[in-house]
Amino acid sequence: MKRRAFLIGGLVVAGGGAALLVGAGRVVSERVGGADALAPSPNTVALNGWVRIGSDGLITVVLSSVEMGQGVSTALPMLVAEELDVPLTMVRTERAPWAPRYGNRTVFGFTWWFHPDDQESWLARRFTQMAQINGALLGVQVTGGSTSVRDAYETLPLAGASARAMLIAAACARWSAQPQDCKTSEGAVVHVSGKRLSYGELALEAAKISVPGAVRPKPARERKLVGTSAPRLDLPGKVTGTAIYAADVRLPGMLFAAVRGCPVPGGSLAHLDATAALSLPGVVRVLAYEGAAGCAPGVAAIAHNSWQAQLAVSACKVDWNEGAQAALSSEQLLDGMRVMLEGEGSGFVFHERGQGAAALESAARLVQADYSAPWLAHATMEPMNCTAQWLSDGSGGRLKLWVPTQAPSFALETAMRVSGLTRERIELVVTQLGGGFGRRLETDFLIPAIALARASAGTPLQVQWSREEDMAHDFYRPAAVCRLRAGLDAQGRVMAWVTRSVSDAVTPQFLARNFPMMATATKYLPDRTQAEGIWDQPYEIPNRRCAHVTYETSVPIGNWRSVGHSHMAFFAESFIDELAHAAGADPLAYRQGLLASHSRHRAVLELATQKAGWGQTLPAGHALGVALHESFDTIVAQVAEVSIEGTRPRVHRVVCALDCGTVIHPDIVAQQVEGSVIFALSACLYGEISYRDGRVQQSNFPDYELVRMRNAPRVETWIIPSDAPPTGVGEPATPPLAPAVANAIFALTGTRLRSLPLRLA
Amino acid sequence: MTTATSFVLNGERVVLDIEPATPLLWALRDQLRLTGTKFGCGIGACGACTVVVDGRAQRSCVTPVESVGGHAVTTIEGLGANQLHALQRAWIEHQVPQCGYCQSGMLMAALGLLNEHPDPSDAQIDAQIDNICRCGTYQRARLAIHSAARALQASKQAEKK
Repeated sequence: MKRRAFLIGGLVVAGGGAALLVGAGRVVSERVGGADALAPSPNTVALNGWVRIGSDGLITVVLSSVEMGQGVSTALPMLVAEELDVPLTMVRTERAPWAPRYGNRTVFGFTWWFHPDDQESWLARRFTQMAQINGALLGVQVTGGSTSVRDAYETLPLAGASARAMLIAAACARWSAQPQDCKTSEGAVVHVSGKRLSYGELALEAAKISVPGAVRPKPARERKLVGTSAPRLDLPGKVTGTAIYAADVRLPGMLFAAVRGCPVPGGSLAHLDATAALSLPGVVRVLAYEGAAGCAPGVAAIAHNSWQAQLAVSACKVDWNEGAQAALSSEQLLDGMRVMLEGEGSGFVFHERGQGAAALESAARLVQADYSAPWLAHATMEPMNCTAQWLSDGSGGRLKLWVPTQAPSFALETAMRVSGLTRERIELVVTQLGGGFGRRLETDFLIPAIALARASAGTPLQVQWSREEDMAHDFYRPAAVCRLRAGLDAQGRVMAWVTRSVSDAVTPQFLARNFPMMATATKYLPDRTQAEGIWDQPYEIPNRRCAHVTYETSVPIGNWRSVGHSHMAFFAESFIDELAHAAGADPLAYRQGLLASHSRHRAVLELATQKAGWGQTLPAGHALGVALHESFDTIVAQVAEVSIEGTRPRVHRVVCALDCGTVIHPDIVAQQVEGSVIFALSACLYGEISYRDGRVQQSNFPDYELVRMRNAPRVETWIIPSDAPPTGVGEPATPPLAPAVANAIFALTGTRLRSLPLRLA
Repeated sequence: MTTATSFVLNGERVVLDIEPATPLLWALRDQLRLTGTKFGCGIGACGACTVVVDGRAQRSCVTPVESVGGHAVTTIEGLGANQLHALQRAWIEHQVPQCGYCQSGMLMAALGLLNEHPDPSDAQIDAQIDNICRCGTYQRARLAIHSAARALQASKQAEKK
């Protein structure tokens, strides 16, 4: 990998020292910042915007990503600990303040829809950089798009290396020594003579020192910590029950609230009779709140404990104006979407090569199939909740919020908009998240909490949604249908790949909810997430056309782990399997034949199939299915071993290989693969949200079933060694699971299942 | 109507003035402010709220607090209060938790299982650990249960000698 040198001369003196920074490293160097970039905290000294040193020698690393189980509170500090030569046990983390340097830049690189084959072209690189520079200006703190490690990968090593250089310079000043005679080890600067000063002793002086010359993070071959599976820093609190999630915040005088939102999208409150609710024990108050930020309007009950509040809100007699969507039916919506599969026009063409669809006409043989996938709920284990306290201070008040959010910046924006308070008057505390998966990119769950806190004059309020409310008021993975057509030549080789998919678009809905001023503008921009996973396939097919038709619905939709890839991979990788069988070829060999110049994809595919024993004898009644899919720039192949038990597929084992570039923490990669496989398997076997008479039909785990211990497959993770920059890990192992399972079912039964969830009769 | 309910919680007697039908979950979380036990579904379907009552795993969101009157309740806060329990050590050894929200319940379910089956088979684990983990930590939890069972057996053997 190419290493960059970063000039940080004058950084401290100039408080940013931009004039002395040159070349490609400038943006990153500015992001590191000087010793004044962080507010002082007791007994610590900041050396830049990301690193503090305590007088006890402990290191604090600033986290701009949110911990939701994906391991960022371990993987990111490792990048700093590596440069400082300290064990990970000497590192703590703190949440980033609001400065723009903490905004996620990488996630904005996903704005465009360049085919992965073109990604290294100058044009694609410049467009991606432009989007990332926009991200730097926006300074949006958001954890999503599998970007946390990627976004930190240049900044945090440089922050660690520059802190180290300052500490060495401070030691040299004390000793009148030369930097080349010093090394760092176990949290101290050590001179060749054996003299030693701990970081804690040096921190104050280091912060005043200007570092001359260039600072280079360690080359990969010198790393000792990065690339190892150090114990996660967040686990002790998670096995002792002491980790604090937003629902665990307990404040003096706190009251507890339960909510009931209007069950029909777009509906409103007609009448509330709270008489019965108010007569129940412990009930303090019942009130209605307005909808905003995607949150339905509703009613809330405030009581002395959550149980009393839940009973009270259930006892409210509520009439809803069901509005225009009173008859909303998912079956009708899917029928409408299927109609849009016919015809050629009116879609947005995300990708076209060769003769496009015209090539079908000269094919020796046509293969065509229609696929579909339903809406899905996120069902995070911690149902939506938020805690709020509105303190009056005589000049409009101050709002304190405890929010389980993936996107602190979006949460702040919504809090400002609905409260009318300025940024300075809102304090936002981000806690541990009991799962995110895209659900907590939304800000709807702040709305009742802010409304109730405003009405409660200083009393802290915790608003806990029931599981039923959480499930009925999600922003679902959009349903989609797709028609795939392929033209084969006389030898069965695929010459043309033509897809037409139909779904609603997540991004305009998301922006309209969270940034209403952008509501109309975004409707005219193509949303790449709609059809991602189908137009960005690696297969070397000379003629291609991938079009998508937007079918607007009133169903609230959002970002669900791997977004468009979650269903498009099922369509594409099942259909490739169909083509292999149509050609009478082995599904592995057929794919290899279409990847002649995609050696990284081939390597991943071959590793997974080799480790899974592709082509070897299996227990009777078992079969293997394979799928290959790239998303978030990570290439993943999975092989599923499946049998049929009764009328249900049983997945025994999933072997996963992936190329995700440089790996910071291999065991966290394995954890994310295991988690993604189980998450995807729940969707593959059971997942379906449906509407009837305007209402979501599923309400809790009996009717929205998830994989449990007894039906969890064994998952194996194999990582391709790489020194390329890191790519996404949190999501990319989700998309290939469903097609791998469906392909195994076909191998086993001869039945091609083209609709999720997979049901055998 | 509130009444006094008394039970042993993590080895200490507590007396609560509470409506007797209140689920134990909310008595723990809201009244006693022990928030390690989590709310997940409210109908006993997910196991996030699992506690151990008289040695057996029980879902506290569907357990009226009056029903534990006079009984011994152990929550995650009581598991390894002095030093980590073998299950917690195994959980760290196998790096089980991700988001961690369901893990208190998963650990307490595992404690109940080991009380009943000190050396559980995979089938017994499948039958009794019915908790939902949305992060998909099942295979690590299974390995950790086996590890903890072995460690507990070994320390019992050592005590005998």
